[in-house]
Amino acid sequence: MSTTTENLAEALTSGSTDLLRFATAGSVDDGKSTLIGRLLFDSKTIFEDQLDSVESVSKDRGNDYTDLSLLTDGLRAEREQGITIDVAYRYFATPKRKFIIADTPGHTQYTRNMVTGASTADVALILVDARKGVIEQSRRHTFLATLLGVPHIVVCVNKMDLVDYSEEVFESIRRDFTEFASRLRVPDLTFIPISALEGDNVVNRSENTPWYEGSPLLSHLERLHVASDRNLVDVRFPVQYVIRPQSHESRDYRGYAGTVASGVMKPGDRVIALPAGLETTIESIDTADGPVEEAYPPMAVTVRLADEIDISRGDMIARPNNTPASLQNIDAQICWMDESAPLTVGKKYAIKHTTRWARAMVKNINYRVDVNTLHRDEDATEIKLNEIGRIQLRVTQPLFVDPYQQNPETGSFILVDESTNKTVAAGMVGGLPHSA
Amino acid sequence: MTSHVLSQLRSLEAESIHIIREVVAEMQRPVLLFSGGKDSIVMLHLAAKAFAPARIPFPIMHVDTGLNFQTVLDCRDRWVERLGVQLVVASVQDAIDRGLVKEEPNGSRNRIQTPVLLEAVEKHGFDAAFGGGRRDEEKARAKERVFSFRDDFGQWDPKNQRPEIWSLYNGRVHQGESIRVFPLSNWTELDIWSYIAAEDIDIPDLYLAREREVVDRGGMLFAVNEFTPLKEGETSERRSVRYRTVGDANLTAAVESDASTLTAIVEETAAVRITERGATRGDDKVSEAAMEDRKREGYF
Repeated sequence: MSTTTENLAEALTSGSTDLLRFATAGSVDDGKSTLIGRLLFDSKTIFEDQLDSVESVSKDRGNDYTDLSLLTDGLRAEREQGITIDVAYRYFATPKRKFIIADTPGHTQYTRNMVTGASTADVALILVDARKGVIEQSRRHTFLATLLGVPHIVVCVNKMDLVDYSEEVFESIRRDFTEFASRLRVPDLTFIPISALEGDNVVNRSENTPWYEGSPLLSHLERLHVASDRNLVDVRFPVQYVIRPQSHESRDYRGYAGTVASGVMKPGDRVIALPAGLETTIESIDTADGPVEEAYPPMAVTVRLADEIDISRGDMIARPNNTPASLQNIDAQICWMDESAPLTVGKKYAIKHTTRWARAMVKNINYRVDVNTLHRDEDATEIKLNEIGRIQLRVTQPLFVDPYQQNPETGSFILVDESTNKTVAAGMVGGLPHSA
Repeated sequence: MTSHVLSQLRSLEAESIHIIREVVAEMQRPVLLFSGGKDSIVMLHLAAKAFAPARIPFPIMHVDTGLNFQTVLDCRDRWVERLGVQLVVASVQDAIDRGLVKEEPNGSRNRIQTPVLLEAVEKHGFDAAFGGGRRDEEKARAKERVFSFRDDFGQWDPKNQRPEIWSLYNGRVHQGESIRVFPLSNWTELDIWSYIAAEDIDIPDLYLAREREVVDRGGMLFAVNEFTPLKEGETSERRSVRYRTVGDANLTAAVESDASTLTAIVEETAAVRITERGATRGDDKVSEAAMEDRKREGYF
């Protein structure tokens, strides 16, 4: 048993590792699959039987090289057509962190998939081919990542081996990208020169780029500080379920179960329950392992209150001096995800926001954004599959919302078609995250 | 002052509890599919945590192939007793006797579980069924949603999945349709073992390495017992082995191992280089699309 293995086992069991979610975006030929394959392979996450199977299928197809995309392309249609249909989730762990990769395909349904993958990501990995520089697709991916409020963007300038590991090429791409990104709100932008194929600066520092002073990708991802990305200021606790045991020993127990959306809650804190508007005090914050001193995101806890207030699922607990807006007219960015019909003014949908369902009607389409040029089309009358737009909704009952860029948990919603029950849109409360 | 960062196991735990509560709050009649294996045990443990101090507000269902290791059944019964949860048993043997399904030539009851499962789901009117599937297990699973929609035949259509954004799950279904819910989607085998060790969760003894009488069949080690007796000409030997998965007793192979404690299993899992299904499940080796095909038919 190696020391690394023991370290990993010990770290995982003792709870010293945390979790980092990242989304990768790119097209078939920019080396994304190779990069993921490299991360999994070098972190010893690919199993031998998986590799054997991928190698034999590659050979059957007459490929010269082992096609690592076969590791993620799992559906029959994907293998038959050589395309990636859907977001695939991959996992690997080091003694410092467990990583969840949302691997989103670049071509078909790119916006829908990228939005899905980025919605929960701490980091977006954008691949740029060193030979091609910043292209339309790089801009599109970056725009979507910032739209979804992904706090960290890592630009991997890939295929450095094909430009002789040139510092000038790397610097020129960095300049172009930085200039474009200045129009967006990117809190943290990092550039790394890599070759996924050769392994330069992926897991190990490369000798081919002596001019590069930063970390290789994996150490960067291991060290990235994400704790301060979470909103620990505004207490928001959407009530998910009311726990009332039907047993003799805990007959008087009444707890409000939910996941802390933001802020830090402590017993003794004054709180307000919405929509009732009644104030009380947190009596106790319970878990199955006993009460806790404080609760913060994304903990799933059960809150007991000092006074009996009528609270049910869909209600929100906040602080009396810091409450979300209670709105029936919602101004939001939406990404349309339904291929069967576009969004048009006057249509009605079911809306899910935190733990609350309501109905919503589209009052207005302000504009549609071209995700490639960021141009706004103010004459747009519909928003189709994979398009982004700004709309006004009228909702049947108040939603307790914050601007998405300030609080993704209480600033996000989905729209659901009431006849097909399909999820048709992802919505973000408030304006675009850029000043242009 | 704490750092306000949850460890990865606590993050995964919180995510699973959130999912389980969401299903109970939104669906009419959920059920938890319980096989007696480690994943369904962890899922049951999380369900108990989600509603404490109340009891789990839904039944658990065991699709009983009739080919169970006794220690797995014993462990199941301990859990039922401890949590005071209602157990529904759907019997494959009974379904064979009634003519609903036919025994397959290779003796596997994996595939014929599906009609039995679907019949029980329909009979009890379950509109949501929790399964212990993980995305790291298999390529088709890697692309399945946490809330996985099934039509009124129980079928999964991989090309027609609902987008799943943030943690806003959509469980809306019409009469007869249902969802399968996978609260452990983002757990890996290593996470499961780390959690079992950290929480000291009760699992069947089969998972721990012990000296067992085994027979080597084409590189796969089968314990000699009533389900896998020695065939003519075969010889058995005593070896220290354990099970990485617990499926039908006649088809699940053991692996050589000295991991006789939970901590040792975590270390072994961190070092192991072959997937759990690849190593031990004859039933998954059929074709590259085996799992996808079974899922389309309504399998987990």
